[in-house]
Amino acid sequence: MLAFIVSRLLQAIPVMLTVSLISFAMFAYVGDPVTIMLGQDYTEAQREALVRELGLDQPFFVQFVEFLENVLSGNLGLSYRLGRPVADLILERLPATLELSFAAAFLALLVGVPLGVYTGLYREAWISRVFLALSLIGVSLPTFLIGILLILVFAVVLGWLPSFGRGETVAIGWWTTGLFSWSGLKALILPAVTLGVYQMTLIMRLVRSEMLEVLRTDYIKFARARGLPDRIVHFGHALKNTLVPVITITGLQLGAIIAFAIVTETVFQWPGMGLLFIQAVANADIPIMAAYLMLVAALFVVINLIVDLLYYAVDPRLRSGLAAASGR
Amino acid sequence: MRCMLLAATAALALAVTPAEARSIRWSAAGDPNTMDPHSQNVGTVTKILNQIYEPLILRTRDLGLEPGLATSWQQLEPTRWRFALRRGVKFHNGNDFNADDVVFSIERALAPTSNYGIFVDTVAQAVKVDDFTVDIVTRIPDPILPNKLASVYIMDREWSEANNVRQPQNTRAREETHTVRNTNGTGPFRLTVREPDVRTVMVRNDQWWGWNVPGNDSNITEIVYRPIASDATRIAALLSGEVDFVLDPPLQDLERLKRAPNITVLEGPEVRTLFFAMDVKRDELLYSSVKGRNPFKDLRVRQALYHAIDIEAIRSRVMRGQAIVTGTLFPPQVNGYAREWDKRLPFDPARARALLAEAGFPQGFEVTLDCPNNRYINDEQICQAVAAMWTRVGVTTRLNAMPLAQFFPKIQREDTSIYLLGWGVPTLDALYSIQSLLATKDGRPGNGIWNYGNYSNPRMDALTETIKNESDPEKRNAAIADAMRLYHEDVPHIPLHHQMIPWAMRANFAIPHMANNQPYLRWARVN
Repeated sequence: MLAFIVSRLLQAIPVMLTVSLISFAMFAYVGDPVTIMLGQDYTEAQREALVRELGLDQPFFVQFVEFLENVLSGNLGLSYRLGRPVADLILERLPATLELSFAAAFLALLVGVPLGVYTGLYREAWISRVFLALSLIGVSLPTFLIGILLILVFAVVLGWLPSFGRGETVAIGWWTTGLFSWSGLKALILPAVTLGVYQMTLIMRLVRSEMLEVLRTDYIKFARARGLPDRIVHFGHALKNTLVPVITITGLQLGAIIAFAIVTETVFQWPGMGLLFIQAVANADIPIMAAYLMLVAALFVVINLIVDLLYYAVDPRLRSGLAAASGR
Repeated sequence: MRCMLLAATAALALAVTPAEARSIRWSAAGDPNTMDPHSQNVGTVTKILNQIYEPLILRTRDLGLEPGLATSWQQLEPTRWRFALRRGVKFHNGNDFNADDVVFSIERALAPTSNYGIFVDTVAQAVKVDDFTVDIVTRIPDPILPNKLASVYIMDREWSEANNVRQPQNTRAREETHTVRNTNGTGPFRLTVREPDVRTVMVRNDQWWGWNVPGNDSNITEIVYRPIASDATRIAALLSGEVDFVLDPPLQDLERLKRAPNITVLEGPEVRTLFFAMDVKRDELLYSSVKGRNPFKDLRVRQALYHAIDIEAIRSRVMRGQAIVTGTLFPPQVNGYAREWDKRLPFDPARARALLAEAGFPQGFEVTLDCPNNRYINDEQICQAVAAMWTRVGVTTRLNAMPLAQFFPKIQREDTSIYLLGWGVPTLDALYSIQSLLATKDGRPGNGIWNYGNYSNPRMDALTETIKNESDPEKRNAAIADAMRLYHEDVPHIPLHHQMIPWAMRANFAIPHMANNQPYLRWARVN
């Protein structure tokens, strides 16, 4: 088990290096931070001085090696735009993004799985058809549109929920949370729904089709023949056997939610990493973009690892395979 | 006796604290990148700093000048200005304001990392005469020095030295500079919370000297600034009452906002002019079908493109009326503006075609127009419309629209044949525009620094020098009028319009609209 984890972490190193190399190569095309930093009035001498200061006159490879050295020594640099250490900025924004992402994923699972089971079991029921039709809308509407529609209905027309921001936050050490204040919870609802709706419909449709598949198998027929109650057949046997693909998709989708909450965070001015990243792109703020892309790569590596480990928890066949492979 | 004392205390308390807390929630798309007063000369930063810091000279509601930290000023000699400083002013941390702070701040604005150099470009040094008198010595006579100093914020020397911020924020620094998130000004509001991209809170500085000056009648006790990048969300927050004041409502929402109850829309001009500039130097354009010659060197081609523009369509359709059509390069609020030379070549496609034919392009030609798509109001749409108009008279125009982070480096490399630019005039004096945009790029400070088409005319250069050095206002304004006339005749640019800037707010909030797009909350009221 340990050997497996270590080998997966070692595999992550070339992945991270590749990501950082590619992201660094891209920076040549995102625009020139110097122009933005200097504003409307400057002389050519000032511009050259700033380019030198930032090391942008060095060849690409020299810049890349310097960047790697700094990252390895724990220094992610100073944001061009905000003049503050990148690590501080990311730590400040990380709680907001993680809270939002987990709330969205939780919502997606909590609603998506039961709906999937229900529509799988009772696929002829009219209510299942309604859910399926609604899920089509959820899959096909772009996130920003859902967000704006929700704002229009719940903030502007009804006035129940705030249209932007994170509400009041409570600081626990460096972690800030909106979960302990009424306004923070209210502010979380619309963005979490917006972010989770796509995953919710995805999970629902996935669980449904897996359920339909599983319900046709022989062991379900035998379970029924043995006279087991429906509850055990549906949840103990059928649902459990649908979980491997569901876990894979949910895990990868969680990574996607965290990494690409950008649109939702922009629509709701949610002060998370996505908002930080999109503003960094607009200002060609290279240190933030580099750090963010590295972080996202690391996140996917970790999530993939966790997903792999979860497989073993739900699928005994893999457990025995692993034991055999590691010689135990 | 005790009763009386109590009553007196109560009366005193009533006199110094307003009856209730009046908080104003304000929003715009962008958050200031820094709180350093000399690091970034951009509107997103100064709109906050203007509430906290003060210059020696303040702007009035119509952008004139009035005493700020200086009570009076005069030009002793052509190169020496004397400023009498206000007594009894305190910084927000309680430090006294005096001449040392002024000398320090001017020197700080002159530092290499300062972005406010344009406002002190002629200054040789600031000299303390006594505790409340400062002389500013210039290298050349500078008749508009007070105009420029109205943009230079005054900092506290002791505080700056104690916090190691003698120089404006330096990008090379490995650590965060203290001024990135901290302030110590003398202004009407004082910074209490600064969370970048989330919120910036300022509270009323009851000790501000200016509260006694008539006109500074704000009843606001707290300003909460929260940026909202998404246009739709910002407007939703205004409509739902979560914010009181939106500085930059998107044009497409204006009609809806005007119809909404409880919302007021203030419309006014901005000191920013949009125009097309083109490469008039190269012998062959970089992005054109014409080989071996540069069509833009021919005055008739420039005139043809000018005649081809249906400016009324742009004003009413693209800008939805939010633009003031112009034939010159700066708006009437700018010193030196002469109405007789603010006239356009009329919209006349037939004349445009005839001029093109006369210039040897009866079949027209192809060219690529570079255009930003996130810098000016409806910039990309303007370019789309104009590209179609030019194509209609035979100049097939390909549009190359891009974000400002790519657009500006491109035109600064002079890697362009024709481009859209919008030019603001923070000094409110014509020299700034003429010198930066029309003077030949000859290496002298400020000359032609944004003249990427390399327009060059010795007559314009001579006029620029006159405007720089002439201290007689009448002669100087005559030179500016001559420059405007030359601009009209020579067509170095194709001017479009001055931008209008609508502000939207809840009906119970009132603030004077400013042409520099800077709200001053010392004049704002909530009812």
